[in-house]
Amino acid sequence: MITPRYTREIPQRYHLEAGKCTECNFIAFPPRLICPECGSREFEQISLSPSGKIVTYTVVCVAAEEFSTETPLPIAIIETDEGARLTAQVVDCDPEEVEIGKRVRLIFRCIQKEGLAGIRQYGYKAVLEG
Amino acid sequence: MREVAIVGVGMTRFGELWESPLRNMFTEAALTAIDDAGVDHIDSMYVGAMSSGLFVHQEHIASLLADYLGVAGIPSTRVESACASGGLAVRQAVIEVGAGVSDIVLAGGVEKMTDGVDAIDALATAADQEYEAFHGITFPGLYAFIANAHMHRYGTTREQLADVAVKNHDHGSLNPKAQFPFKITREAVMNSTMVAWPLRLLDCSPVTDGAAAVIVTSMDVAEKLGRPIVKVLASGHATDGLALHSRTDPTTIPAVGRAAEIAFKQAGLTPEKIELAEVHDCFTIAELVVTEELGFVERGRSGEAVSSGETRLGGRIPVNTSGGLKAKGHPVGASGVAQIIEVVEQLRGSAGDRQVEGARIGLTQNMGGSGASCVVHILEGVS
Ligand SMILES: [Zn+2]
Repeated sequence: MITPRYTREIPQRYHLEAGKCTECNFIAFPPRLICPECGSREFEQISLSPSGKIVTYTVVCVAAEEFSTETPLPIAIIETDEGARLTAQVVDCDPEEVEIGKRVRLIFRCIQKEGLAGIRQYGYKAVLEG
Repeated sequence: MREVAIVGVGMTRFGELWESPLRNMFTEAALTAIDDAGVDHIDSMYVGAMSSGLFVHQEHIASLLADYLGVAGIPSTRVESACASGGLAVRQAVIEVGAGVSDIVLAGGVEKMTDGVDAIDALATAADQEYEAFHGITFPGLYAFIANAHMHRYGTTREQLADVAVKNHDHGSLNPKAQFPFKITREAVMNSTMVAWPLRLLDCSPVTDGAAAVIVTSMDVAEKLGRPIVKVLASGHATDGLALHSRTDPTTIPAVGRAAEIAFKQAGLTPEKIELAEVHDCFTIAELVVTEELGFVERGRSGEAVSSGETRLGGRIPVNTSGGLKAKGHPVGASGVAQIIEVVEQLRGSAGDRQVEGARIGLTQNMGGSGASCVVHILEGVS
């Protein structure tokens, strides 16, 4: 693992840290230096709500090597309650239960193990609500 | 910009070319294009390649390939925009000739993908590494996001997706350069291995070795060569957010619409004037969405259009007469150049069994990643 590369992403991956544009309220996840909507460079630091809904999804059956033992692996685009979007695995469910529009909650989990030493990398995954 | 023509084309067979190293594949395609054009020199060259570094651990290939083409000394530039690298290489050549900087430029593309590298991993670098690939999404997975959204919104069916692959294999069966020059059935597609719901193995373009090249010249040079001339009417290019989730509507690929809008405006044409198109069918759903973005079919109607034969040879607007990426093969850096070659052959009237009778105006659409880059060219045959 390239430690600095992983460490830099911790605020986003562990705490869902995002930037909210002080001019137009665009939410940048991960944080950005300039707003793609209005060009403002002023952001307020926020943490995304861990609740949201599935915009679209798939179930990956042929995965990259790091995930090859986890197939079938449901993954979705999720829109948080603030309107920010991200890609995350949907876990603790039957793949058949994953549907567009369903509500989910983001939780803290191990995402993958990297390298021969199997160093764990953490971040957010989604679980179905209700 | 002065007017620009394509006067020579050349490509290798597409497939698993174990006997050919990257440098020879490119050189073979380039020499064929140079001979076809009948030019005695080139002023400069562009090379489209997505990831020679990951696939064969070789960067700096613009100079390497100029050397092996026997033209070391001329300016040679590598162009990278994932799977749109080839189309973008052609665009750079068009701009350079159009601007009057050079008169004769070679634009080529190459990818050597079957030397044993994990292609899923290499191709995934075209997606956002930290916010997409990190979570386990693959390229088929990203297009499956689009497919599920399209099916949910418009009622596009699994059968309609399969019909894209069936059509492109029908076309590819007529193309001796294709990796898979044979027909397949709807049942075969729908029973093939599941890759990422709802996309199956036969919805996906293959991993391919291959190279393609064209010669781009000023009209003055083109007219003196005495070869069939295909004029470049327009070159549109657009970009978008790399992460699919950063775009508002996953049933669309906005960079395609933007690049097309630019190109149609440059050419002074509307989509109805296009007589055939080579589009980026890296996955069956990609061809469907792209035909909507290009304005060939109404939004949401692309599935119906493919199943009713509107986009097949003999239909209203034949799409991917070469077999497309699906059947012809998808050596990523070469694909955009090979699209141009198919349209040039069609406009010259030399496409053999795949010929669209009397075709005069054709379009190519090449895109990178899940649609974060797109290049559209419109070409006209001059008789
Ligand atoms: Zn803003």
